[in-house]
Amino acid sequence: MKVLVAVKRVVDYNVKIRVKADGTGVDTGNVKFTMNPFDETAVEEAVRLKEAGKATEIVVVSMGPQQAQDTIRTALAMGADRGILVGSDTELQPLAVAKLLKAIVAKEQPALIIVGKQAIDDDSNQTGQMLAALLGWPQGTFASKLAIDGERAEVTREIDGGLETIALALPAVVTVDLRLNEPRYASLPNIMKAKKKPIDALTPSDLGVDVTPRLITLKVEEPSRRKAGVKVANVAELVSKLKNEAKVI
Amino acid sequence: MSVLVIAEHDNAVLKTATLNTVSAARQLGGDIHVLVAGHNARPVADAAAKIDGVAKVLFADDAIYEHDLAEPLSLLITAVGKGYQAILSPATAGGKNVMPRVAALLDVAQVSDICAIVSPDTFVRPIYAGNALATVQSKDALKVITVRATSFEAAKAEGGQASVEAIAAGENPGRATFVGQQISKSERPELTAAQIIVSGGRGMGSLENFKLLETLADKLGGAVGATRAAVDAGFVPNDLQIGQTGKIVAPELYIAVAISGAIQHLAGMKDSKIIVAINKDEEAPIFQVADYGLVADLFQALPELATELSK
Ligand SMILES: Cc1cc2nc3c(=O)[nH]c(=O)nc-3n(C[C@H](O)[C@H](O)[C@H](O)COP(=O)(O)OP(=O)(O)OC[C@H]3O[C@@H](n4cnc5c(N)ncnc54)[C@H](O)[C@@H]3O)c2cc1C
Ligand SMILES: Nc1ncnc2c1ncn2[C@@H]1O[C@H](COP(=O)(O)O)[C@@H](O)[C@H]1O
Repeated sequence: MKVLVAVKRVVDYNVKIRVKADGTGVDTGNVKFTMNPFDETAVEEAVRLKEAGKATEIVVVSMGPQQAQDTIRTALAMGADRGILVGSDTELQPLAVAKLLKAIVAKEQPALIIVGKQAIDDDSNQTGQMLAALLGWPQGTFASKLAIDGERAEVTREIDGGLETIALALPAVVTVDLRLNEPRYASLPNIMKAKKKPIDALTPSDLGVDVTPRLITLKVEEPSRRKAGVKVANVAELVSKLKNEAKVI
Repeated sequence: MSVLVIAEHDNAVLKTATLNTVSAARQLGGDIHVLVAGHNARPVADAAAKIDGVAKVLFADDAIYEHDLAEPLSLLITAVGKGYQAILSPATAGGKNVMPRVAALLDVAQVSDICAIVSPDTFVRPIYAGNALATVQSKDALKVITVRATSFEAAKAEGGQASVEAIAAGENPGRATFVGQQISKSERPELTAAQIIVSGGRGMGSLENFKLLETLADKLGGAVGATRAAVDAGFVPNDLQIGQTGKIVAPELYIAVAISGAIQHLAGMKDSKIIVAINKDEEAPIFQVADYGLVADLFQALPELATELSK
């Protein structure tokens, strides 16, 4: 079974981002970029499937600027076999990413696609579902458990009320939550080995996909800040403030 | 302009997030229709018909909609939704699961988790864990939108007199099947609709210690929430997680206990009206957003709080 994993290069989750003064976007100069945390979980799951003898090959795909190659290398160091970089300097929105992935799926014919549930920069939470729709495949979103059994995937999903388990006939798309696993750190030998693993470079036009953004960002601004509050000396003062000042209890 | 709202429900009860979504739909203008897809879900359709401002309820009652399976549901919403200018769903786990599928089938972008409507084609949505707000304009003729419920008032649940029109079920590709579920049972109010939330972090230390929070929540008639770290540690189930990648809440009162205040957590609760932080570390970032901060050990503060509230 071939597994395809999509990994996005994003601003590291520890970075406190700043909005550009002219309101055109977020300042991404001189900030640390890493693999979207959910995608690390996706790669880890694929590698575990391979270690368990269920996956035969892991192909990782990333789309965006040339530097996304580093993100692919990270995945290769974790244990993926080869990479595909779809280079683009235009902003790639989820529908465009899903269409590009669909074109890659047509060439690669994977039985399972694993993506993150959400990219922590745009917070869209769309791509996996869109890809499943375009392919006409079933989807298992927000997975915290995944079991592959022959032609079937059983996915435990995190939903608002608790957990739900569904069975998917392969091929299928799974989007993962962080609780699915604990991603490994790549060892130095594996980082070295990853440098020799192949990465194919493609463009959206190679894949015949129109990636023109459908959503135009008119402006980006900082949310209003909460005003600083006060420290209370003890529990009695806290309760008194909540009762008499804030009047919330 | 006419707008289709997708009802969120469990086949018995209409979830309040639907009411907030109807309010968002009203801001777009035009007739509002609500789609109820479920199984033996007549009470939900009847409840939807009573929402103030709803003109019509479309009701598809079929076993294939008993569970929120995205495949049959997205085909139905796509078929019904084609004739509208906008399709709105609350940004719940259910909405997030199905709406991008609908958008892709219609070949339009989805606008996720909107928190304000500027005009019928322009919306505000949080990005980067709510550290920035983007105003985006949709170029698509049909808008597919998920709505952040806490950003819109709930429409009145009573007062409307919409007709309920039964519609035929669509196709079920049948490649996904429901196996089972573990739904957390609680007498407490639903997290996203609660007026008061008592929330615990990794510093709670254990499942047993979380009982201290439950006691407090019950005294206040509130709900219990948690950070991702507390869920990951196995103190509480996943459905209590609040944050960028969990639930978004905005109660009147949010009491954060042993929570450091990471941006990913703040993303889910910083619109609360009053925030209280109890933390033994006076440098904890949570104090920067708290209206009232108490530097204290929870094992001392929580029992004291329970006693003080009983006075
Ligand atoms: C991609 C991604 C998504 C994420 N999404 C979310 C999300 O949706 N929601 C979320 O919450 N987090 C999320 N996180 C995790 C987030 O970054 C933080 O790690 C998490 O919120 C920390 O949880 P915490 O405050 O409970 O734990 P900690 O940061 O460990 O803080 C524990 C606090 O407890 C205090 N404490 C300890 N003992 C006591 C005591 N006896 N009395 C009083 N105080 C005490 C400590 O001083 C400390 O401040 C996400 C992270 C990533 C990478
Ligand atoms: N530019 C991209 N390159 C590779 N994968 C992506 C890209 N954008 C989104 N994805 C995948 O889709 C998931 C969800 O992203 P989103 O829908 O943007 O929240 C991510 O976790 C990735 O797995």
